[in-house]
Amino acid sequence: MSNARTPFVVRFFSATGRTGWIALVLFALLTIVAVPVCHLMFQEGDALFISTFYVTLIGKIMCYAIVAVAMDLIWGYAGVLSLAQGLFFALGGYAFGMYLMRSIGLDGVYQSHLPDFMVFLDWKEYPWFWAFTDSFVYSIFLAIAAPGLLAFIFGFFVFRSRVKGVYFAIISQAMLYAFLLLFFMNNTGFGGNNGFTDFKRILGYDITSPEMRATLFALSSATLMFALIFGRYVVTSKYGRILTAIRDAEMRVMFLGYNPLWYKLFIWTVAAIICGIAGALYVPQVGIINPSEMATANSIEIAIWAAIGGRGTLVGPAIGAFVVNLSKSWFTVAFPEYWLYFLGLLFVLVTLLLPQGLVGLYQQLRARSTR
Amino acid sequence: MSDVTTDTSNIKAEASSTATTPKNDDVILEIANISVSFDGFKALNDLSMKFMRNELRCIIGPNGAGKTTMMDCITGKTRPDEGTCTFNNTVDLSLLTEAEIALVGIGRKFQKPTIFESHTVFENLELAMKTDKTVFFSLFAVVDDVMRDRISDTLKKVNLGEHADQLAGRLSHGQKQWLEIGMLLMQDPQLLLLDEPVAGMTDDETERTGELFNSLKGKHSLVVVEHDMDFVAQLKSMVTVLDQGAMLCEGEMAAVQADPRVIEVYLGR
Repeated sequence: MSNARTPFVVRFFSATGRTGWIALVLFALLTIVAVPVCHLMFQEGDALFISTFYVTLIGKIMCYAIVAVAMDLIWGYAGVLSLAQGLFFALGGYAFGMYLMRSIGLDGVYQSHLPDFMVFLDWKEYPWFWAFTDSFVYSIFLAIAAPGLLAFIFGFFVFRSRVKGVYFAIISQAMLYAFLLLFFMNNTGFGGNNGFTDFKRILGYDITSPEMRATLFALSSATLMFALIFGRYVVTSKYGRILTAIRDAEMRVMFLGYNPLWYKLFIWTVAAIICGIAGALYVPQVGIINPSEMATANSIEIAIWAAIGGRGTLVGPAIGAFVVNLSKSWFTVAFPEYWLYFLGLLFVLVTLLLPQGLVGLYQQLRARSTR
Repeated sequence: MSDVTTDTSNIKAEASSTATTPKNDDVILEIANISVSFDGFKALNDLSMKFMRNELRCIIGPNGAGKTTMMDCITGKTRPDEGTCTFNNTVDLSLLTEAEIALVGIGRKFQKPTIFESHTVFENLELAMKTDKTVFFSLFAVVDDVMRDRISDTLKKVNLGEHADQLAGRLSHGQKQWLEIGMLLMQDPQLLLLDEPVAGMTDDETERTGELFNSLKGKHSLVVVEHDMDFVAQLKSMVTVLDQGAMLCEGEMAAVQADPRVIEVYLGR
């Protein structure tokens, strides 16, 4: 049991229990050691070789899992159903994508210092909001600041007006859609519906090299694990208890002297920042970012991952992201027309039969076997 | 964020500076000429009332008399169309949010017990404790031994000592009422507003609640809205009768019960 004299760092990391740490260490051995080694040290045809296809696929899903953890913080614990997490993810992706576009240098189709789409629009120089994006550090900062700032401003006004439940979901979706339309326009300066692609390098290193892929893969894994550790601290802190109290009886919390506005705004902004970081890791791995990431269906799917994995468990939504996306990649090859039916069916069945999601099912089975 | 924190700390300072010289003949809360109407229905009609420091006051009245609306006006849930509520002679409650009103020292129990069902009884009291209520503080807060002692004291007072680690949602109705009262005590408010605190309690529980309230007399100001006349009689306090959003009469329980106007609003019509 920690007390007031326990240093913060110890409290931060001990919020994750023993089982959690064992799982994290195993996951780290697998994703930060085993997969990169198998990808780099073995050749095509070796039994232990892991192909670029799988490294990219799993790396991508780990980014989705980070988003799912953020979704759980805001939906599972604070009870705020956001249908805009895909927007924050895309904004982080675009912010880092700006750096990737500028790193192309003169290797574009038109051999200009401007990205091809700007040459195409006959622009002569970068618009103001592209300033400093040639800096790696600044673009990382932007991937955090842009979603964070947007979430803070939007959240401040919406939470202050005490918009809740389905109304909040609708307003967040409306914001997402407005940004989708904005980013579709060529004049906005983000490449219209083609978005950004044809990236060449990060910090001078070839973006398609196996070493770079392995590095991005390991970074995504580390970020996912940190999100889980951070999330566990937050939800087990007094702040986390107040958050779930707001979810269950907001009126009571207010009459105890807490202002729910700041409590919701903090986790909402943090969740947006986590999504932004996930987006920045995602774009160099898949090699493209375009407005389709802001499609309404994508953000709804994020909620489905969380519901299938088990809301209010942190690890559940991450597992949900893996289960849904792995079955998606298998299904869209085997039965391409039926994927959406399958996803819908999965969602309906889980909601009806497993209200606590897959993690809830596991807990039930374990409770039954120990009895 | 800093704006709000400084705001509330100012209020706190103000409230505690007036609280340094508590005299029992001080007015703790003055309601002056408040009116509230909902879609033309006058829930409160030019109501004026004074509550004294450390007094226990009961408010009774038939359904729709405006008892709960009055509490809503004091705690900021409803804004009166006209009139003011002044706390400690200095704080105009109409300028504050619900959370700020709680911080100046007014605690409220709702008609329907409102607790955090997915937290344990202990955690419910922990969250209610009087302390810094900002996000920053809560992120780093740790429960220390002093707090633990305060919580177990309160648990004993509300007869929940054995249920500390139980989920609040699994308590009986009466126990939930007690838990909510315990949460108010953890806030250490100057004024407690209790809306039907013994609804759904057994006779035994009701009597113990009466004892608890009597023991709080002299340490806090209490305003109790109640339908249970035996319970009101047990409290031996001044009774105010409301009817149709206005005060009908005020006095000792026996005198009020004998008043023909009171008999008429309860039995007539």
